[in-house]
Amino acid sequence: MFPAGSQSSLNPVVTAGRLTLRFVLLAALLLVSILLAVRLGAVSLSLREIVDGVTGRGEPTTVAIVRQLRLPRALQAALVGAALSLSGATFQALVRNPLAEPYILGVSSGAAVGAVAAIVLGLGLGGMWGVPLAAFAGALLAITLVFRIAYGVGAALDTHVLLLAGVVVGAFFNAAILLLLTLSDVESFRSAMFWMMGSNAGASWRSVLLLAAYVVPASLALVALARALDLLALGEQTAAHLGTQVERTKLIAYGLASVLAAVSVAASGVIGFVGLIVPHVVRMIWGSDHRTSLPSTALLGATFLVLTDLLARLVTRPTELPIGVVTAFLGVPFFIWLLRKRGHARG
Amino acid sequence: MREASDGRAPGGSAPAEPAGQATPAPAATAVPPATVPPATVPPATVPPATAPAAWVTRGLTLQYPGASRPALDDVTLEFPAGRCTAILGPNGAGKSTLLRLLLGTLPPTAGEALFEGREASRWPRREFAQAVGVVPQLEEAAFPLTVRELVAMGRYPHLGPWRREGPADRRAIERALDSCDVTSLADRPLGTLSGGERQRARVARALAQEPRALVLDEPTASLDIRHEMAIFELLPALCARGATVLVITHHLNLAARYAQRLVLLHHGRVAADGTPGRVLTRALVESVYGWPVAIAGHPGPGPDTGVPQVIPLAGEACASMIAQGDAPDGSDG
Repeated sequence: MFPAGSQSSLNPVVTAGRLTLRFVLLAALLLVSILLAVRLGAVSLSLREIVDGVTGRGEPTTVAIVRQLRLPRALQAALVGAALSLSGATFQALVRNPLAEPYILGVSSGAAVGAVAAIVLGLGLGGMWGVPLAAFAGALLAITLVFRIAYGVGAALDTHVLLLAGVVVGAFFNAAILLLLTLSDVESFRSAMFWMMGSNAGASWRSVLLLAAYVVPASLALVALARALDLLALGEQTAAHLGTQVERTKLIAYGLASVLAAVSVAASGVIGFVGLIVPHVVRMIWGSDHRTSLPSTALLGATFLVLTDLLARLVTRPTELPIGVVTAFLGVPFFIWLLRKRGHARG
Repeated sequence: MREASDGRAPGGSAPAEPAGQATPAPAATAVPPATVPPATVPPATVPPATAPAAWVTRGLTLQYPGASRPALDDVTLEFPAGRCTAILGPNGAGKSTLLRLLLGTLPPTAGEALFEGREASRWPRREFAQAVGVVPQLEEAAFPLTVRELVAMGRYPHLGPWRREGPADRRAIERALDSCDVTSLADRPLGTLSGGERQRARVARALAQEPRALVLDEPTASLDIRHEMAIFELLPALCARGATVLVITHHLNLAARYAQRLVLLHHGRVAADGTPGRVLTRALVESVYGWPVAIAGHPGPGPDTGVPQVIPLAGEACASMIAQGDAPDGSDG
């Protein structure tokens, strides 16, 4: 079905060489996409202007565009893309289902409730941190609720119960959002809707640093769990028989994946389907060994979101599309294609 | 498996070891509040000359929450190292529960299940996985994997989260692929294989673990004769290399031919425990399975000529017996 494992050559030197090549390629792709994102926009910049802008020697407008607007925005998109993709890959291994997504656990709905409440009730007016903080709190509340429900049903964490709990909690939070929106005035309705569809327009160096402070350590921790995720994807019994402490590993991995999703939503609003598309493409091309697929997923996810963000800025210039709309337009057909293909494979 | 014995020596459980910690005596000292004085245990259960036991269970009991009676009730058994033991019994007899307790994935309600002298559920999981390989009954990979990738996972307990596969690991993988005859399939995705080929790949993964003991849970369910026999044929070779083999199966006849010892469970208790000749008697099999049978010696040729084989009866012979007394189910106490 897939050329998976074509790289698992007997010769370790060849394998290592191919791996290095793959990561160099992915990193280069990310760099080029960031460069493009800094270059293109309402004002297109030359390479020279970009260099001058970064070093601060160019004219003030260029410096401001590069330093204050485009570079932090591209970096935020990269971090969010990496975080959402890693989160998706982890949920898919844990739930043992390639259709799983960060938002399946109700994280997005929780974050959205927090953000919409802050906007509609005017809590966000106190400063730039009000809405993201409320979103983060909502995401954590959703995760806690979902896990409490899932653990309340049985002694051990049952994946199916967890998924159902995610759906139910998500539905409840969506109802709460509708309630809040009916109570809101036109102005906050607009900004709430825009936020719910995702945007990196609010990126700043502070948001980039804050994101990085969560995303980098959480990603490294997930890579450390790579072999355990390989085994959990085979089933919990098998994972236990091959030396995994199943319950502990699951809890840590769910926690890390949830934090990655929550900080992403807090920074950029609700962006769907990234966590579905990117891990799947990586598995299709390079197989599902998590030690190599997780770093690849992070790099490709970062590239994907930088480019989608660029698309969102450019397509309807001078206005801007919500990035969630772009990813949904790409993601929904992909999801259906995936579903049909799996249906055929089953039979 | 030369490397297996090499691997065992530092672990301290090589057969030559005089005070092997797998014998009941150190086990008893390791668990001070043992109800039975250590002095009386060894002579009662193990004749001094036999191999040390890999597993020892004493009064092993498990009651699932909400169940009216225990799934496993006061089971005291010993599984000698380097032997092949088959665990038999009708559906619901407690085979799978016993397996989970022996593997330590479930702690007992009462009694103990010791592996090499230590309660199985207290073993650090990774260390246990270095010692015991398991071929599960049911397993489906969530993502496409090649045979080699699956078999390589057998090395994970030895590698931990960070260490890369070394030459010794790759040799173990190649050897495991070879002994299960899946080398030619190594780069094929699991999804393209037949059920028998996939099962052989799982056995290969367990062999790649280079474990001291191997547990197979109904390894040949839904396999054709050739693939079924190929898997059972692996077992004597494994025992010959010093591995302890436990196989759970519904195939009484294959169990009789390949296992030196049979344990027959019924309603969570041990109905019989011994050589195939002692366990597979007509009265016992009929009472446990509730179906009339005939017992005949295996006609041969082969090393197992004469081993008892169970033939369930059909037609009138069976109808009259079932009508008679519905087979004395549950009278085993």
